[in-house]
Amino acid sequence: MILTLARPVVTFVVLIGAWWAATRLASIPFYLLPQPPAVLHALWQQRVLLASATLTTFSEMALGLVIGTILGSLCALAMAFSPRLQRWIMPLLLLSQAIPAFALAPLLVLWFGFGMASKVVMATIVIFFPVAAAFSDGLRHTDPGWMDLAHTMEASPGAILRHVRLPAAMPAFGSGLRVATAIAPIGAIVGEWVGASAGLGYVMLNANARIQTDVMFAALFVLALMTVLIWTVVDRVLRHILYWAPDSNGAAR
Amino acid sequence: MTDNDARTHRPAPGQVDLPGLRISGLSLQYGSRAIFTDLDLTVQGGEFVVLLGTSGVGKSSLLKIVAGLTRASTGTVTASDGRPLAGRIAYMGQQDLLYPWLTVIENVMLGARLRGERQEPDRARHLLGRVSLHERAKALPSELSGGMRQRVAIARTLYESHPFVLMDEPFSALDTFTRAQVQDLTAELLQDHTVLLITHDPLEACRIGHRLVVLSGHPARLGEPIHVPGPTPRAPDDDALLHIQGHLMRILMEGHRA
Repeated sequence: MILTLARPVVTFVVLIGAWWAATRLASIPFYLLPQPPAVLHALWQQRVLLASATLTTFSEMALGLVIGTILGSLCALAMAFSPRLQRWIMPLLLLSQAIPAFALAPLLVLWFGFGMASKVVMATIVIFFPVAAAFSDGLRHTDPGWMDLAHTMEASPGAILRHVRLPAAMPAFGSGLRVATAIAPIGAIVGEWVGASAGLGYVMLNANARIQTDVMFAALFVLALMTVLIWTVVDRVLRHILYWAPDSNGAAR
Repeated sequence: MTDNDARTHRPAPGQVDLPGLRISGLSLQYGSRAIFTDLDLTVQGGEFVVLLGTSGVGKSSLLKIVAGLTRASTGTVTASDGRPLAGRIAYMGQQDLLYPWLTVIENVMLGARLRGERQEPDRARHLLGRVSLHERAKALPSELSGGMRQRVAIARTLYESHPFVLMDEPFSALDTFTRAQVQDLTAELLQDHTVLLITHDPLEACRIGHRLVVLSGHPARLGEPIHVPGPTPRAPDDDALLHIQGHLMRILMEGHRA
């Protein structure tokens, strides 16, 4: 238990130490790679700006995560319920992945404006696919033995979906959601880069233009911290739902 | 097979009302390949029939057809009382098939859950008591050993209270000693059922079957039924059992070579 907590702390300290040593020893200029204390200073100085930007980006990510997960799950369920629907939807899903989400960003900003809406849509699109793909995969590959047993017990297709295929697909859904959570910032940040007036991506873009590399690093740090926190919460919730799957694929204990 | 073969089996007391199972003219064809052709087999009410065969001979397919999970190319499976088989069969597969997200007692009552019927926890607990797992009712399947899981599967089968029980190599994943224990329990608890069990293990067949039939060849055919004397479960060192086990082993090996 103590080791579990200590491991990330040790990793973090070693990384920061290496960074510090590199900037000191190789005397890298400030505008390329600021020293850790400078970043810490920027974190404190810009705390109000960073806090409000974090709130914006967090809202975009969280909304995208919720909406993307709901839509992805509904899509997977619809495909599980009707194989005919699956034959229509699946090619569309794959096609949608052929277009990089980044390429869509300018269009989304044009359609949904500079506000949060375009970033939420962007995050939703990024999150939708891994959830839909993993969940529908899980729903389609139920242990044939479990299905046989349910059939001999005269279960209706609805009961089989609810009591057998759905719970059996939860581990797959969990891994899809974990992947989606890890990539959720991509959607929000790319959206903010293309056009925004708030958010961590906007702060980074501004700082970059003014060669405030320390502020950029501070924003990056906050973003990473936030993503790890959201991931941890999602992971905890999934572990709770998947109480029965002892080695559910997630972080090592 | 004629009714002569079946008559030699002595019906145990209290089993007169149990319906029997009749398989007639059953064939299964995959494309141009015949798995088995024209199988006839009668299982008397309350009889425990073991079907022996090497792997790949089509015995699992046969059981799935009887269970209504697969369609036969030709032939019929009927109950001796004329009523349909569907909804009166309890099925035990090659694994215990416990649902890992349900507790032990919920797994026992699985049939009621799937049919949307009212669950009867008292009856489930009583059945768990009969397989000596009364205290593990709230446990998850992953917390149990292989033998315990198989006993839960037996309790789940009994909970269905159907006259017919089909078993597809249910104990093949267990170690020899645990398997013997579960076989004893099966023979004891399934007395009031019409059972068709398939296995590749001659010892298992000899220990718990009233009547043994060998399925062998390509396409597969049923051999002459073999009767093992004495009540089940039989001791593994019983002379008659050992003799028949050796005999079965020889038939299986010859059939496999052919």
